[in-house]
Amino acid sequence: MILAQTTPALPDNTGYVAAAYLVFFAIVLIYVVIMASKLSRFERELTELNELAEQGARAPSEPAPAREAEEEAARR
Amino acid sequence: MLYGTRLRALSIATCAVLTAGLALAFFYAPMDADQGFMQKIFYVHVPMAIVALCGFVWGGINAIQHLRTRDAKYDLRSYVAIHLSLILGVGVLLTGSIWARSSWGHWWVWDEPTLVSFLIVFLLYATYQPLRFSIEDREKQARYASVFAIVAGAFVPLNFLAVRLAQAYTHPRVFATADGGLPAKMQLPFYLCLFGMALLYITLWRYEMASKNTSAKLRSLRRKLGGDEVVAPVGRSAAPSLPSP
Repeated sequence: MILAQTTPALPDNTGYVAAAYLVFFAIVLIYVVIMASKLSRFERELTELNELAEQGARAPSEPAPAREAEEEAARR
Repeated sequence: MLYGTRLRALSIATCAVLTAGLALAFFYAPMDADQGFMQKIFYVHVPMAIVALCGFVWGGINAIQHLRTRDAKYDLRSYVAIHLSLILGVGVLLTGSIWARSSWGHWWVWDEPTLVSFLIVFLLYATYQPLRFSIEDREKQARYASVFAIVAGAFVPLNFLAVRLAQAYTHPRVFATADGGLPAKMQLPFYLCLFGMALLYITLWRYEMASKNTSAKLRSLRRKLGGDEVVAPVGRSAAPSLPSP
C-alpha cells in the first residue's frame, strides 16, 4: 500500500465508511439485544421456579391441620 | 465448565481493545494514497473475515472432539462457533460489498476469487442449520453435524490457500508477498483490531454458551421441582440439547 503525502486530493467516501461501521455495530447491537431478551426470560423463569420451590417447601406442613381434622372427626 | 465466569472482565477487555484499535485506525494510521478515507473499512472488514474463518475451523475442531468423546458439550461448542461465524460472515459480506462499491464501483465482482470463495464458504455453512433441523433424532443430528463441521472446517484453509495461489489479484493482499504488504503505521491498528475482533468473538461465544447452559440447568431444575408435566417437551430444533446436569 502507498501512503498519501497530501490528503486534500483523496476521494471523500465518508458515507461508505460510515455505512460499513454501522453494519458492524448494528450486528453487535442486535446480538446484545437478543442476549438481553434471553436474560430477561431466564429471570422470569427463575422467579417462577422460586415460587414453585416455595410452594414445595410449604406443602409438607399442610397435612398437619388435615390430620387434626381427621382425628377430631374420629373422636366424634 | 462455567462459561459465565470472568465474562465481565472479558467484555470490558473486548470493548477497550476494539475501541483502541478503531481509534488508532482513524487517528493514527495514515491515509491510503489509492483509496483515501474509504480504506478505513479495511480495519473492520478484514479482522471480521479472519475471525469468521477461524471460527469455522474452531467449530470443526470441536466437532472432532465430539466424535471422539461423544460428549454433547463439544457439539454445542461447535454449533455456537459456527453460528457466530455465520453472523460475522454476514458482516463480512455486507462491509465487503460496501467497500467494493466505493472502491471499484460495483457491489459485487464475480471474477474476484477472494470474494467468491468467501461466498462459497458462507453458503456452505448456511446449510449447517437446515441440515441439523432436518434430522429429528438428536444423537444422529449431532453426529452428522459434526461430520459436516469437520469436512467444511478442513475446506476453509484449503480454500484460503487456493485463493492465495490464484493469479488474478484484484482484491488487495493484506500480508502481501512481493510488492510490499501493510505499512508499519497501519500494522499496529490492524493487529489491535484483529485482536479486538477475536476477543469479541470469544466473548459472544461464551455468552451464548453460558445462555445455553443456563437454559439447560433451568429446565432440569424445573423438572426436579415440578415433575415432568411442568416441563414443555422439546420440539424439533437445530440447536443441540444438553443432557440434564
